[in-house]
Amino acid sequence: MTAMFYIAAVVAVLSTLMVVTRHNLVHALLYLVVSLFAVAVVFYALGAPFVAALEVIVYAGAIMMLFLFAVMLLNVSAESPIRMRRAWLGPAILVAVLLAEVIYGITRQSQALGGVEVGPQAVSKALYGPYVLGVELASMLLLAALIGARHIAARARDEEEAAESMERRRAKTAGRTRPAEPDLAAQQTLSAEEGDA
Amino acid sequence: MASVSLDHALVLAAILFAIGFAGLLTRRNLIVMLACIEIMLNAAGLAFVAAGARWGQADGQVMFLFVLAMAAAEVAVGLALAIRFRQSLKSLDIDDADEMKG
Repeated sequence: MTAMFYIAAVVAVLSTLMVVTRHNLVHALLYLVVSLFAVAVVFYALGAPFVAALEVIVYAGAIMMLFLFAVMLLNVSAESPIRMRRAWLGPAILVAVLLAEVIYGITRQSQALGGVEVGPQAVSKALYGPYVLGVELASMLLLAALIGARHIAARARDEEEAAESMERRRAKTAGRTRPAEPDLAAQQTLSAEEGDA
Repeated sequence: MASVSLDHALVLAAILFAIGFAGLLTRRNLIVMLACIEIMLNAAGLAFVAAGARWGQADGQVMFLFVLAMAAAEVAVGLALAIRFRQSLKSLDIDDADEMKG
């Protein structure tokens, strides 16, 4: 487990350095996934398997998916074309090291670094015992963030649509008033001619 | 043995936090800055879990769960703001937002 911890720590530091130094946004996010995996392996080596699983599911799964959706929505790849063809090679090697470590750790059943392994049962008892108020507050925070994110992102679209419809209306009214003026003038001349007659 | 491992885990957390902080200060892309904040929060959670593992208690992992929820909330709002930023300024460079225009 000690070697597992140190190898995962080196992988975490290397991949985090790559996150900070990459210029291509998608490459940086790819290395960020590797960094989160490495920290998950560190958690596993420290005797916290539940948190290691959550790190993979929530961080590397949900939050990174959010990042990738934002990148796709913003269409950033159009600005930064892929220059490095072998971009997948670095993350793939680092993840292969982590995978070998995890397989080794699972098959050998070695002792956790902290001495005792704190499993999901103990965490759940603490979470829904003394910390239940914190769980409720966290759920309220997530709900508020969800509504807030929807509000911020949707207001942008509403304003865009409002600006577009206002331009369309302006164009329409401009198009309507221009032919209306000669009609009015023609009517006036007509009525003037009738008056003369 | 266990105390040495706690020290080293805390050193790892400090290194990750420092890398994230350096990235936050040097990078100017909004999305990469959000990713750096994620790295820093992750390092803080790593310190919690390492301390909890040192004493064999579940409290460290519980605190990590709260950090996780906070990171998810922060990144949701942050990415929504990034979309808004992009729509109004047509870029993701935060130096383009150095003028206050009401």
